[in-house]
This record gives sequence, C-alpha cells and structure tokens, in this order.
Amino acid sequence: MLAKRIIPCLDVRDGRVVKGTRFINLRDAGDPVERADFYNREGADEIVFLDITASVEKRRAIIDVVEKTAEVVFIPLTVGGGIDSVDFMQELLNSGADKVSLNTAALKDPGLIQAGAERFGNQCIVVAIDARRKEQVDPEDKLSWEVYSHGGRTPTGRDVVKWAKEAETLGAGEILLTSMDADGTLDGYDTALLAAVTDAVSIPVIASGGAGTLEHLYEALTKGKAHAVLAASILHYGTYSIAEIKAYLSEKGLPVRPVKN
Amino acid sequence: MASLVIIDSECANLSSIYKAAKYVNLEPIISDDPKTIASAGAVIFPGVGSFAHAASLIYRKNLTESLHKVITAGKPFLGICLGMQLLFSRSEEANYNGGNEKTEGLKAITGEVKRFPAGMPVPHVGWNLVKPEYEHPLFKNLNQSANKGAYFYFTHSYYVQPEKREHILGQTDYGFPFTSAVKKGNLYGVQFHPEKSGPAGLRLLANFGKIIADTKD
Repeated sequence: MLAKRIIPCLDVRDGRVVKGTRFINLRDAGDPVERADFYNREGADEIVFLDITASVEKRRAIIDVVEKTAEVVFIPLTVGGGIDSVDFMQELLNSGADKVSLNTAALKDPGLIQAGAERFGNQCIVVAIDARRKEQVDPEDKLSWEVYSHGGRTPTGRDVVKWAKEAETLGAGEILLTSMDADGTLDGYDTALLAAVTDAVSIPVIASGGAGTLEHLYEALTKGKAHAVLAASILHYGTYSIAEIKAYLSEKGLPVRPVKN
Repeated sequence: MASLVIIDSECANLSSIYKAAKYVNLEPIISDDPKTIASAGAVIFPGVGSFAHAASLIYRKNLTESLHKVITAGKPFLGICLGMQLLFSRSEEANYNGGNEKTEGLKAITGEVKRFPAGMPVPHVGWNLVKPEYEHPLFKNLNQSANKGAYFYFTHSYYVQPEKREHILGQTDYGFPFTSAVKKGNLYGVQFHPEKSGPAGLRLLANFGKIIADTKD
C-alpha cells in the first residue's frame, strides 16, 4: 500500500527559514539545511521549501540552500516560489531538487507546465493552487472555489477544479492545494475543497492549510482523499512531532512509512 | 575497490545518486565514455524521463556495446527506475506517445515495461513497501518488521514485467503486486529511488557497495 505522506513546509526568505519556535536543539533554527535535516531525521517523507524572497537578485540564495540540503538529506525535495522559467527549473533540479512547484507563473503562462513536464518528466512538476471559497448566493448552490495568484493576493477568476484538471492535462505530476480560508486558522483543512479536486483529477493531491490537530490530518487524508499532507505550523511550533502524527494515523488504519524504516 | 561508474544519462537525479553514493562511502565517477564504462568494476545506471528519450540517448552516446560488456562480464550493475526499465526487452510507453518512438531496451532481462492500468492515480508517487521475494544481501539490514519489507520512494507510470519469475527480487502493491526489484546474476534493478529513500535507500546503496567489494575482479 502506498503510504500517506507527511511533508513539512519551510518558508525561506533570502536563504533563511522564517517561521517556527520549537527548534531549541538546533544550533541555528534559521538555517534551512539544519531544519530540513531535523525533519528528515524525525521521519518526514519529503521536504518542501517555499521561497518567499521578495527581490529577484536574492533568488539565487535558494539554489545554495537546495545544494547544501541535498548533500545530507536523502528524501525528495520540492522547491516553490517565484519559479518562472524552464531554465530556473533546470538550475534547481541540477542543484538537487526533485520537484519544482509552479504557481503564479503557470497561471500567467500555462505552457510553462507543459514545457517543464516535457523537459523533466511529469514527476518533476507540482502545480500549487491557492484556493478561496466563492460566496454562495443560494445555500443550495454547489460549492466552488476561485484560484488566487501572487501568494494569494490576486483573484484570477479561474475555477479551482477546472484549473486543477487543466494542470493535469498539461503534465503536472501532483497538485499542492492550499485553502486560503483555512490557512493559518488551525481549524482543519477544507475537506470539501480537497474532495472536489481529488475527485476531478487522477494525479496525487497534497493538502495544505488549516491543520491544527491530528484529527484534521486524518480527515484531509480520508474525507478529503488527499495523498499527502503539508504541515507547517503544527510542526514548527512543536504541537506535534512527525512520529506522533504517524503513530496516530497508523493507529487509525492509514498506511504510513514508519519513522524507523 | 573496483571502480564504480554512474552512467551519465543526463537525467535529473544524477547528482542525487552521486551524492547518496558518496555519502555511503562509495567512490563513484560519473561518465558517458564508452571505454570507461566498458572497463568499470561496477555500474549504476540511473534514469528518469521517457523510455524512448533514454533509449535513444544510449544509442546516440554509443553506449549499448559497453553496457552489454559490463553486464555479460558479470560486473555488479544496478539500474535505477528508468535505468532498470531499459534493461528489459521493450516498453509500451511509446504507444502512449504517438507510436513512432524507440521501444526496444537492452534486452538483458526478458520481459516488458507496461503502463499502470487506468483507475489508480498515475504516476505512482510516494513511499511504498518493497517486499523481497527472498533474503538477499541487497536488502540486508533494512528494519524489516516481521519480514514485511521496507518503504522506498517511487515515482513512475510504468512498471516491469519479467518473463521469468526467478528474476523477481521484490514486489510492491499498487492495486496489484508489481515487480519493484529484479535480479539476474549480478544484474540488479530497482523501480524505486534509493537515493531519495532516506535511511533505507542509503542502506541499500551501501549493500550494493558490499556486493561490489565481494565481487572478484
């Protein structure tokens, strides 16, 4: 059985991690390499770096981060944030990333998904979608979600389910789906959103946004039918360790890769 | 120790395999030189991407003969992912890409490369259990709970189907059991990525190193 994946996400700005308080046992909690290795040792199934560097000139810092991480962490590494060309994808993959996550640039030019998939294979291309629930005029109306770009700041008018399907057709290997309504609330994932997308595509969907309890993770993987959960706050602030998450999911009958594998 | 050559198949995970091999104290070199490959003590053959692309790359780089040479000489040889699929007779992958592409592999192991049937999410991405068919040094010291196998990282849409059951070294369940590791003499192949499979993957690479060390030149 394919294991459900637990994926810590590290926000990186100018080559430094910007979130988290629990890392008392690290020399330097802001060092992305140390943090990635910490989660690797804890039993993380993959690591995602989200580069939130604002200036284009400092973008190269992430290449260095990936290169150093790949020397010591031997689990899949995904990099997202500001990737807008096949050449930059190539640089990231050459430096040790396994996948790149496309968002705003893919919305501007969906051909970028196809170009990346043709050059590197579908397995390399993750399409990240930031989704916000549309207001229901009539409570009887079907739920729907709109895609936002630019880190969730700009509404695009696109429907999330349609965009996910398009991304799949263009060659995306996975969808990283963030509920902006749930993100940061710790109130649970938007399982209706997850189910709507997982039902519409046949590629794996990674759930993101809203996890506050172990039950939330379980719900994303069962009700939401997600293949993996991205977790930030609950890991960074030490609410749960990866071992605790995996023990819980395993007890509930979900397949997970044991921490001591 | 005999020289270990990682074939430069220009694939995205080349540097990861190199780093992982170095991490477990193997001393690999990356090469696409037919002579270097032909005289290698052992070979790791990585690959990611499309079968046709990789098959024509071997042809274009003139590596077919050297690869056959190391294989028939019984040098330890490990194909990873597409690198394993290329050891087989043919792939049906080209049929999905218009049909005009190269479909023949190195034919070192008789069998076919097939696409996962509809109904399961494809590509098969993530950690899945590899159950060894029997005890083997390649899978030694992997915390196998009650012989259930160990988890490794997969990402692929095609799987191999060896004609002979004796070539199956490990199987994995993805809706049905498929072959995830093969062995024929000193020729090994794994569908998963040991270089991305955490401690279990590193141990497997170290085990391959032991196999190299134990093989007489």
